[in-house]
Formats: sequence, structure tokens, C-alpha cells
Amino acid sequence: MAKTLVQEFTKGLWEEIPPFRLVLGLCPVLAVTKTVENGIGMGVATTFVLVGSNFFVSLLRNVIPSKVRIACFITVIATFVTLVELLMQAFAYPLFLKLGIFIPLIVVNCIVLGRSEAFASKNGVAKSLADGLGIGIGFTLALATLGAVRELLGAGTLTFWETPIQIFGPNMQPFTFMIEAPGAFVCLGLLLCLMNLIGSK
Amino acid sequence: MQDMIKMIVVLAVLASVSGGLLAATKDWTAPKIEYQQLTFVKGPAIKTILEGASNDPIVDRFKITRDGKDASFFVGIFNDEPSAVAFEGVGKGFGGDIGLMMGVNLADDSIIGVGVTTHSETPGIGDKAKTDPSFTNQFKGMKMTAVEPVDAMSGATVTSNGVSAGVTAAGEMYQNLKPQILEQLQAFK
Repeated sequence: MAKTLVQEFTKGLWEEIPPFRLVLGLCPVLAVTKTVENGIGMGVATTFVLVGSNFFVSLLRNVIPSKVRIACFITVIATFVTLVELLMQAFAYPLFLKLGIFIPLIVVNCIVLGRSEAFASKNGVAKSLADGLGIGIGFTLALATLGAVRELLGAGTLTFWETPIQIFGPNMQPFTFMIEAPGAFVCLGLLLCLMNLIGSK
Repeated sequence: MQDMIKMIVVLAVLASVSGGLLAATKDWTAPKIEYQQLTFVKGPAIKTILEGASNDPIVDRFKITRDGKDASFFVGIFNDEPSAVAFEGVGKGFGGDIGLMMGVNLADDSIIGVGVTTHSETPGIGDKAKTDPSFTNQFKGMKMTAVEPVDAMSGATVTSNGVSAGVTAAGEMYQNLKPQILEQLQAFK
């Protein structure tokens, strides 16, 4: 059953939204979502890598010999990750300081390699672009949601472009647990539960 | 056999194209990255030290190469005269190297400020060298060429010694390089 381009794009937004439905790529999901801004930054970087690598992998899918396909995919992905790293350093240095090691770690994000292997190497260029964009935006949305919930509860603020906005006013006593590592697991679990509740109806 | 050759060719071509692309991007972004790093890592210290300068010290900088190492100097223009420079030094701290930024008035070699840029000292103890300016302020007014002993921060002897040693070492470098610094400053007049 062939899906249309639109379906390939929208499946990444809900049906196969990466961290929640596929439960893949949890390392950045848990580690960088201390603020909304970090979540969005990480999501955008990953989207760029996903779209770029999906495009090239599907373009080269008939040239790449199947025995060395993983090595070829990783070369393409690593190139895009290094590009993102350099561009982020040149144009968004404060964000780079916060995301730090997690930018180079996009190379080993299973979502990126997963989409190359499972989708782009078997489908056409247009479909692969739609798939990469959809999954990437879904990933960004998921990170932003998680970041928003954690930051809102853990610090009482929402940060956009370097400026934290106080949501609950100065009398808010922050629930700091949420912006620490264990809080990320609890928060992710609750969001997963919520999504399943909505989905089961 | 043909498979094997194809594998090698595809991988080699892919890797070379990627390498070339990355090298080009690196060349293109390198000056921007350097500027960003200076602004966000060393910028705050430079701005505090050269407070009141009428120029942007991060733009007006020059390099002197000595013993194969590059040292960057940031020029502060006061009253239309490039009378002060800020430059970096390193001290050995408790948790590793402490990056220092020093400002010197060239007319009389006096220190106009010392600041910590990067460090890995203990939070709450050694990192006071950066967060609490009262320690580094002790260097103000001393001669860069003859750094005197200062009061250590209580509980952070190693950090205090590291910073002092770093400033002293930077003073020696300054003394050696002063003719070159003055020469370079002509360009900013």
C-alpha cells in the first residue's frame, strides 16, 4: 500500500512521533530538555541532519553496495552532523555552549540511522524528504513539549531566544526535581501515558 | 571481485566528497567561530577589564607569535589613544588550567584588571576567583612586571596560588613582548 507524500510527512507528527511512539533516540530527549529553547534547538539540528541524510541516502540508494551500506550511511550522517556543529558554532554560539556534546552525538542517534536504513534506502527522493521532515518536526515538537513541561514545573519559566519568561510570577517555588535527570524519566513516562490515553479512545 | 572494487570506490568517493565539503565549511566558518568564542567565552572578562574603552576590543585585536604559539592581544582605546591591552595567561589550578585575562596600561605597566575566563575549580570554593571579584581586584594597580603577593582566598589556596603564578608568568611574557606590542599598536592610532 503506497502512501502519499502528505501521509509520509504527517506520520512523523503523530503515528510515528519518534521519542513517544518509536521510543528511539532517548539520550538527547532526556538530556537536553531542561528548557524549551534547548529542546527546540536540538530538534532543529536533528531535523536538518535527518532531511539531509535522507535526501542523500535515497539519492545514492542504487549506487551504495548493500554490504557497506551502514558505513556509507554513517559517512553521510556524520558529514551533516559536523556541518550542523560548525554552523551552530558560527551563528548560534550560546546554544552550542548549552547543547555541547549532544550535537556531535546526533551521529549515533538511532532515529537518524534508523530512517536511512528503514526508509530512505528503499524509497524515492521526494518521499524520503517528506519522511525526514515529518520525523524531524515530530522530534522537535516532542522535545519542545517535554522541555516546556520540565521547565515550567522545574523553574517556573519558559525560555525563548535567551530570555526566560516568568509564567507563575516571582512567588513560584520551583519543583527543581523536574529539571534534574530523574525528572526527565518521570516526565517522559507521564507524557507517554498521556499519549496512549488519547490514542486508545 | 567486481563487488569488492565497487565497494571501495563508492566508499572512497563518498568519504572524499564529504571531507572536501567539511574542509570548505570549516574554512568558511573559522573566523566567525573565533569571533563567537571570543565574544561569549572571553568577551565578558575583556569587557570588564577594558571598561570605558571607546572601541570594541574583540574586533581590534592582533596576534604575536612567539615560540610557535599565538598570543592574542585586545586593544582598548581610551581618549583616542590605544593606551591599554588585554591578553591571556594560564595558571595551574586545583582542577586544571585556569584561563586568565589581564589588562595592562602601557604607559606605566600597571595592571588595570585581572579576570578569570575558563576554569574547572570547585564550585563555591575555588570558583570564587571568577565569581567574587574581590580576589582578582587585589592585582589592580600593581606593576605587571613585578607582581606582588596577594591575600589568598580562604579554603582555596591552590586556586589562589595558581592565579598569582599565572599573572606572574604573564608578566614575564609581557615584559619580553612589550617592544612588539608597542609596534603593533601603531596600527590602531
